[in-house]
Amino acid sequence: MHPILKLVVQRIALGLLLLWAVSLLIFLGTEALPGDVAQAILGQSATPEALANLRETLGLNRSPVVRYFDWLGGILTGDFGVALTNGQDIGQAIGQRLGNTLFLAACAAVISVPLAILLGLVAARYNGRWPDKVISGVTLSTISLPEFVAAYFVIFLLTQVFPIFQPVAMVFPGMGFWERLQAVALPVIVLVLVVLAHMMRMTRAAILNVMQSAYIETAELKGLSPMRVIWQHAFPNAIAPIVSVVVLNLAYLVVGVVVVEVVFSYNALGQYLVDHVAKRDLPVVQAVGLIFAAVYIGLNILADVIAIISNPRLRHPK
Amino acid sequence: MPDLLEIRNLRIEATAYPPGEPPKDVVLVDDVSVSVAKGKVLGLIGESGAGKSTIGLSAMAYGRGGVRLTGGEILLNGRDIRGLSAAKLRALRGREVTYVAQSAAAAFNPAKRLMEQVIETSLSHGLMGRAEAEARAIMLFGKLGLPSPETFGSRYPHQVSGGQLQRAMTAMALCPKPDLVIFDEPTTALDVTTQIDVLAAIKEAIHDTGVAALYITHDLAVVAQVADDILVLRHGKKVEYGPVRQIITDPHEAYTRALVSVRSIDHEEKAEAPAVLSVQNVTARYPGTTFDVLKNVSVDLPAGQTLAVVGESGSGKSTLARAITGLLPPAQGRITFAGRELSRDLKARSRDDLRELQMIYQMADVAMNPRQTVGTIIGRPLEFYFGMTGEAKRQRVQELLDQIEMGKGYIDRYPAELSGGQKQRVCIARALAAKPKLIICDEVTSALDPLVADGILKLLLNLQAQEHVAYLFITHDLATVKAIADKIAVMYRGQVVRYGSKTDVLTPPFDDYTDLLLSSVPEMRLGWLEEVLAHRKMESAGN
Repeated sequence: MHPILKLVVQRIALGLLLLWAVSLLIFLGTEALPGDVAQAILGQSATPEALANLRETLGLNRSPVVRYFDWLGGILTGDFGVALTNGQDIGQAIGQRLGNTLFLAACAAVISVPLAILLGLVAARYNGRWPDKVISGVTLSTISLPEFVAAYFVIFLLTQVFPIFQPVAMVFPGMGFWERLQAVALPVIVLVLVVLAHMMRMTRAAILNVMQSAYIETAELKGLSPMRVIWQHAFPNAIAPIVSVVVLNLAYLVVGVVVVEVVFSYNALGQYLVDHVAKRDLPVVQAVGLIFAAVYIGLNILADVIAIISNPRLRHPK
Repeated sequence: MPDLLEIRNLRIEATAYPPGEPPKDVVLVDDVSVSVAKGKVLGLIGESGAGKSTIGLSAMAYGRGGVRLTGGEILLNGRDIRGLSAAKLRALRGREVTYVAQSAAAAFNPAKRLMEQVIETSLSHGLMGRAEAEARAIMLFGKLGLPSPETFGSRYPHQVSGGQLQRAMTAMALCPKPDLVIFDEPTTALDVTTQIDVLAAIKEAIHDTGVAALYITHDLAVVAQVADDILVLRHGKKVEYGPVRQIITDPHEAYTRALVSVRSIDHEEKAEAPAVLSVQNVTARYPGTTFDVLKNVSVDLPAGQTLAVVGESGSGKSTLARAITGLLPPAQGRITFAGRELSRDLKARSRDDLRELQMIYQMADVAMNPRQTVGTIIGRPLEFYFGMTGEAKRQRVQELLDQIEMGKGYIDRYPAELSGGQKQRVCIARALAAKPKLIICDEVTSALDPLVADGILKLLLNLQAQEHVAYLFITHDLATVKAIADKIAVMYRGQVVRYGSKTDVLTPPFDDYTDLLLSSVPEMRLGWLEEVLAHRKMESAGN
């Protein structure tokens, strides 16, 4: 078997193992919380009989092991169960919101990743000179602003001072692609501002690190232009560290943007999770937690695989 | 008609940042003038820090790091290239002048195929189309003796050997048909048996393409084989400049004479004596591999004498040292030291075992903690093995410093404040502090300039006479072996192929490998290269 394929299969197997461990952790974590769903539904004044009845109907009396495998088996067959608070099918509720989440994250990523890498390359090219300082200064100040401040600032600027966009990002099923894009424009701008600096700084640092290598001097002595030296000779050797940071930011765009969702009333997974944590709707919390973990692990596997493939020693063994 | 390259009164400066002092300007090269005519080769020779590479790169108007070309003229093809704009310099670099670096392994981009890199200059300067450039590259690969030139370019740098990479780098430099190539120590990092092939390939390529060259090296015997003229440099200044024949046969300056006659140590081999170290049938492999790096190795080292273990990289020399020190427990065989059998595993060895067997490494730099003073470094074994502290320890450290001929004033210095030779001396003193019976010296002079290395070898011989310590001396350098060995073991692919007293090993008839090894050592005379190539029986393993 080609060594790359072997490494990739290994990584994926490890990822699945990790995901299984996370599912256990999520289940045990919710199990360890005081009180249970029956208590949460019926409230403090519930009679013991009512509680016992409800537990019986919800299947809470069975042993945790049985319930864990029941839950896991359901997820593997696509059945996330029903939300305790409103009886809705969790899979359905999540499906739609996950789509919204991924749409927002993808829009932000499509803009921020190329932009961050480009700015990183330019900053490395003009290391220590004014373009570098301007890029670093601006991106560092945007990352230093708390998200909600950035969000309100962007809203103020682009809906009040220059009334271009709507301040809320309402999306609903059946909306056209362009309308959707228009709706998410503001949150996308905020998210780009938030994730840009991290990726840009890493690109710049990774490139500058590679620029110390002897083969960069070789390239310079070939009379190549500085941008060509960076793009052709430095960048291919800096892919691994850049990708790992890009992926961390992509994961953040999927799982960590609840504040931005709330500010723009964007109906996505983060808001859904927070709502149901407040209502102690544990099946929903578990399901969303597992999805977030899967996204995180999956993206990191992707980063590992790209790093492996970008290494010529592994791609073309002796 | 002026020569292709004329350097007049060149002055090169850099800014130094000494710790705790304000930055100051230092002069790296001062008032150097040379010229290279079309198709001629100028050798630049000197110790490290002599300014050879700095002058070489100045022919491309390139200064490494903060190096500045501050004075004089660099006339290339009739115009002064000092102070040309960045764009004009880019147009010149890679077209009129190209560069071959010392370590081709580091100078090739690991992420790109060789062909892509070899023809890049020709394409980016618009000198040829892709097809033409590739054809020329394949022609050059063939001329330089690379295996299957048609497909060689499709490999990545890590897929070919060091000697092949160095040739590929030469092909890369010749591809755009430059007027001048700068060879910066192109064979220094190679094994002696590989060096000779690369050297011959470079010489032939220079001859066939009619290109002019600057050949930079610290090895006068090497440059004598390829150069027409030689410039001897020291501390950035010209020592002597003249035709190669005059420099070799009739050097005017004392420093040049020292370079020509370097390695003149005369060492009488000692009579047989009882062995302090006996290695019997040792076989070893690295964990997780199935390949034996050492195959049935047996050698004896008499007390107070020197056993030189010689061979090219990958021959198992350093692995033998690791097996003896217990870092790599052998799979089979016995190692007897000072009359007792050594445990295979380092952890099971007694403190006396550890004390009596010391080690000195090639890179003195990385073998010392940069945040400890010389006194702390040498004092550590005194404390560890003999429980010495305070004034007694300090006094003993000073004695050791006197023994390594460094004297007073060094005990409170840090490694960074020492020269390369001094660092290696401190490592010797640290080994000596433990009062060992055996010191394993792993390429201890390889990273040093010839004259400095000479001093270290003399010191080691003196210390042996005083302290009756035995050396297991690992090296790839046969001149060093001749200088200090009593016994010699020649290693090739994990086996000892020839072993005995120095005289026996160095007296014909030789086995094929020893013959190859001995004949590959550059000799300080003209025409040596052609002679030796005509008489070779086997190829080196590095090809």
